[in-house]
Amino acid sequence: MTHESEGPALPADRGRLSAAVKAYLLDAGPLPSDGDVEAADPYGDDLQLALYLCYELHYRGFAGVDPGLEWDPELLRTRAALEERFLTALRADTPVHETVEGALKELLVEPADGTGVSHYLRDEGEPWQLREYAAHRSLFHLKEQDPQVWVLPRLSGRAKAALAAVTFDEYGGGRPDQVHAKLFADLMTDLGLDTTYGRQVDAGCAEMLAIVNLMSLFGLHRRLRGALVGHFAEVEITSSPASRRLSEAMRRTGAGPAAERYYDEHVEADAVHEQIMRHEVIGGLLEDEPQLADDIVFGIDATEYLEGRLAEHLLSRWRAGESTVYRPLRLVGKRVGEQAEGQVGEQAGEETREDPATAGRSRVLGAV
Amino acid sequence: MPNDSADAPRRITVQRRGPWLVDGPVEVELEDGTTVSSDRFRVALCTCRRSRRYPWCDTSHRRSAPPAARRPATDTEPPSEARPAPDAGPA
Repeated sequence: MTHESEGPALPADRGRLSAAVKAYLLDAGPLPSDGDVEAADPYGDDLQLALYLCYELHYRGFAGVDPGLEWDPELLRTRAALEERFLTALRADTPVHETVEGALKELLVEPADGTGVSHYLRDEGEPWQLREYAAHRSLFHLKEQDPQVWVLPRLSGRAKAALAAVTFDEYGGGRPDQVHAKLFADLMTDLGLDTTYGRQVDAGCAEMLAIVNLMSLFGLHRRLRGALVGHFAEVEITSSPASRRLSEAMRRTGAGPAAERYYDEHVEADAVHEQIMRHEVIGGLLEDEPQLADDIVFGIDATEYLEGRLAEHLLSRWRAGESTVYRPLRLVGKRVGEQAEGQVGEQAGEETREDPATAGRSRVLGAV
Repeated sequence: MPNDSADAPRRITVQRRGPWLVDGPVEVELEDGTTVSSDRFRVALCTCRRSRRYPWCDTSHRRSAPPAARRPATDTEPPSEARPAPDAGPA
């Protein structure tokens, strides 16, 4: 076997399932039993991290792991069992609309007095909360558009051409410094976060892992192509107004020019992408395959459902003055010194450190 | 778009509610004489005049509603005031 010598480090396990999958990846133990998969919380840290480990072999892999395991039949069997638990729970728990039009219509209405995460961060978010938010979101934004690209070969005609055009935009229109994942890494640098791919996975909460896993689940299964399109339309439609609020949050807290720029760019870009997703991609797909309407609705509503769970986790903890990360954030650069009480002004150079402010998951952070 | 012939007419998509969509790059001359440009593959031009990034659309044309109308209610959900309206990050 040849192992990747470089690549993201394997994250710490969060229970029996993720420990077993991790051991299997390192050729150091058996995969989890069916019973363990059956017994796990489908939205919990352990199952979601186990699924994330399986999926990540299709993106960047892990240092020290045989890249051939991407197509290992036994691992794929375990992945299928994990996916089945997750998808069954989602189908049971997601409140779904009757029609695509109904699902979209609701997304296109802006609450006059919104109470979402972006409203909270705009109005009262503190720097440590913006840092936590960016760390969670980095699990997707550092591979922005990668999960959605899986669907392209499964589309045709109008839908394919339109999604390819949006994809071109997400990847910077041919300019590497404009790739959205790069713009997000620049935002993380402004916030003092380590931008190395995979480095913040240990910080990511189960609710965020579930959102990233949903994208991979929908993207990697051709039968779920309608759900992937619905999911991505939901993201694009809700993005523009939320990005404006997040840009204001970055401005108010003086996060830095790259942090503002990431969200400013998305206010404008996603106002366009939203139109293309609704009219061209969903419209084109429904023309080609009208039987996928229910899947499109499921993709939209399942995304809303998981985003609702994330919002609840973040806001309930922040309002209680508590941290939302699973393990401490990885910080780098000058902001490290600002983090710790009594260390103001200390320069940490390029060395990565754990954020002392989030070192205990439930530690009260009111004083930070 | 890359394979359009140079003299093909430029299509503008007009909607009753929402921006005009036009293939980029575009240059817009504003009332005060200044010029702004966008090289995006398609550009959404604000028609409601409410955009804070005028002349580019920022979705300000959307209708507003109380937060309760945002999500479908279910038996298992807590009352809407306890449940934050979700907003996914950008893409």
